[in-house]
Amino acid sequence: MDEATERRGGFTRAGFRRGAKAALAITLGLSPFGLVVGMAADQHGLSLLETLLMSGLVFAGTAQLVALQLWTDPAPIVAASLACLVINLRMAPMGAALAPVLDRVSGWRRWGTLTVLVDNAFALTIAEMRSGRRDAAFLLGAAGVMWLNWMSMCAVGHVFGAAVKLPPGHPVFFASSAALLAILVPIWRGRADFMPWVVAGAVALLVHGGGLGAPWPVLAGAFAGAAAGAWRDRRIERPGP
Amino acid sequence: MTLRWDVLLAILGMAAASYLCRAGGYAILRATRPPPFVQAMLHYLPGCIFVAFLAPVFAGLGWPAWVAAGAVLAAQVRFGKLALSIAVGVGVLWGVRAVAGG
Repeated sequence: MDEATERRGGFTRAGFRRGAKAALAITLGLSPFGLVVGMAADQHGLSLLETLLMSGLVFAGTAQLVALQLWTDPAPIVAASLACLVINLRMAPMGAALAPVLDRVSGWRRWGTLTVLVDNAFALTIAEMRSGRRDAAFLLGAAGVMWLNWMSMCAVGHVFGAAVKLPPGHPVFFASSAALLAILVPIWRGRADFMPWVVAGAVALLVHGGGLGAPWPVLAGAFAGAAAGAWRDRRIERPGP
Repeated sequence: MTLRWDVLLAILGMAAASYLCRAGGYAILRATRPPPFVQAMLHYLPGCIFVAFLAPVFAGLGWPAWVAAGAVLAAQVRFGKLALSIAVGVGVLWGVRAVAGG
């Protein structure tokens, strides 16, 4: 990437395409979860139209699954909204961490791109950012492909779910964890990341072991790890007397 | 193809809550000009979010999944192809469970 495009960049067609391509590479990791959500929606009596409307507008698998587990007739408007608020709270720090990319665009390119922010697209964008490219269209391209895949898989799960019936522990469901794990490799920047990552994992395990459910292990672990890293960096910059 | 009013309202509420989370963190950051310590934290947040997300998941999965996790990381470091690493992980988990009789 030459310097000029770098500075001009911010929202390019090439970035969009690169993001879409990166997302296609992890389709296998994304698909099983969509099937599960489609099946769950069917089991809780949502029509195909309602299922697709929910998946299209909410676009957050774990939050949808939890909301569906709380589902009643008539629909639990407050409980379902609260479930989304609590479980998707982990995306608030993601948006903040994307500031170097989002600051370069404005209007719908900034606030519209944020509507489709999801974990995997975020991870790919951070990897892209760390290789020196700051293009918000990459995030939109990656998230856009994930959205299309999400909608198709939810539809398939809703329509054929009763016929497929994969048991919950099936190795295919490992694919979504494997996708996030693999993305950690390009996010890794070297030894400086080691200590914060260990702290993040340990605190998450502690909070999880203490019986707190989502999103608390993620939030506590992420902030503890990041604080540990920031604290160490400041000590190195300003060594004590 | 039915669409009930109560279901529609619940979906709209869920969508609004989710967007609040997606855009809220960035909006607060823009509005407040965070101190250097917070900016240093943002530097470390992305990796830490995923480690904190994955640690409890893998803790609950048992040793065949840990072997598969090792295979995913090794494949990603060696070949750098996400699609391949995911397929390797699923394949290894399948194989280990078959051998271990799970």
